[in-house]
Amino acid sequence: MNEATLFALCAVLLVGAGLYGLIVNPHPLRKILAFNVVGSGVFLLLGAIARRGAGAGFGGDPVPQALLITGIVVAFSATALAVALLLRLHDAAGSVTLASEVPPKVEPDAGSR
Amino acid sequence: MMEALNAGLALLLLALAVWTIVARDAFAAVAGFIAYGLLLTLAWVQLSGVDVALTEAAIGGGLTGALLIGAVGRLRDTEATARVERPKALTRALAALVAGAVTVALALCVLTLPDPAPTLAPDVAANIAATGVGNPITAVLLAFRAMDTLLEAIVLVFALIGVWSLAPDRAWGGRPGVRHVADPNGILAYIARVLPPIGIIVGMYIFWAGADHPGGKFQGATILAAMWLLVMMAGLTDAPPISRAWLRIGLVAGPLVFIAIGLAGAVTAGAFLAYPDGYAKPLIIVIELALMPTLALILALLLVGAPQRTIQR
Repeated sequence: MNEATLFALCAVLLVGAGLYGLIVNPHPLRKILAFNVVGSGVFLLLGAIARRGAGAGFGGDPVPQALLITGIVVAFSATALAVALLLRLHDAAGSVTLASEVPPKVEPDAGSR
Repeated sequence: MMEALNAGLALLLLALAVWTIVARDAFAAVAGFIAYGLLLTLAWVQLSGVDVALTEAAIGGGLTGALLIGAVGRLRDTEATARVERPKALTRALAALVAGAVTVALALCVLTLPDPAPTLAPDVAANIAATGVGNPITAVLLAFRAMDTLLEAIVLVFALIGVWSLAPDRAWGGRPGVRHVADPNGILAYIARVLPPIGIIVGMYIFWAGADHPGGKFQGATILAAMWLLVMMAGLTDAPPISRAWLRIGLVAGPLVFIAIGLAGAVTAGAFLAYPDGYAKPLIIVIELALMPTLALILALLLVGAPQRTIQR
């Protein structure tokens, strides 16, 4: 088995593991972590596909590799936004639960609007 | 020998990913995730993606890790409640079934990938001379698929606007994040004084070398952002108030220069983001020089977060 197939299969398992964590972990921060594991699995899969496209003197197809760099940066910005939303929820509600039966608490600064 | 190393690396990656998901303590999970991100860079090197490896180390492992560590500290009191909400065995079994089905389907796709693999590498090799840069990744990012990079820079600005818009009204316009206090004679403050000059040079070098070798503006900007964050965390400086005009101009300057050059290309070269013959390399350098400070500002401020300190009006 060459390294492209090996890491592609590794990537597939990472996606599966991350997907399981995304569904099962109740804490939103753990869901963000699991989502990042899924994302890195997708990136690794694309990286393995880029490796298969090696040619013309390049070790991998540079087009998907460039897309990967873009993707990693965008994934970071999305994670930062998700974490900011979560911290705001924590400040506003005092908890971060996603369960539907918990009554929503009033936002502390709602009166100032 | 190399195959055994690769297999070991893949197993270690899987083990760390599983640890990240099943660890009881959120801090332990994040620590696992950072190690996972750093190991992933080795996988990128094995897949001949050195540029991707640099980005992964700087952003995937470094910045994301710092972001999550900060969040874990602030959400510590919510972990006990979340443990009670753990789904029932049936839900977990169904989740495992769904995850397993997706894994098997993807694995089948991987094993039936076309051979020989479709590739754009020969096209890149045939046209790279026209761009004047030697690094094929930079040529793709700034010439062949410049639109992706432009949209990415705009997405980053939007993400920061999204983070800032989470500020409570009482803090709007103020400084983001918390004011860090550290011993002015401590080791952190010492490192924050000694390291930035070296870090800035390394960052600029990685940026400049990106034209012909692995590296580029993203990786360089991340190092600059890390240096700024270090100085902020040591309490030597504070994040600027988000209402400052210079800051806001700096955040949009990179994309605006990019768009301006793109529009100029529509007039002089016949297509948006096309470069006139012979001017590709200088224009690429102008775009990268304009984007780098914007990227460094955005990456650092995304990590700092939303303004939350009440300001007196």
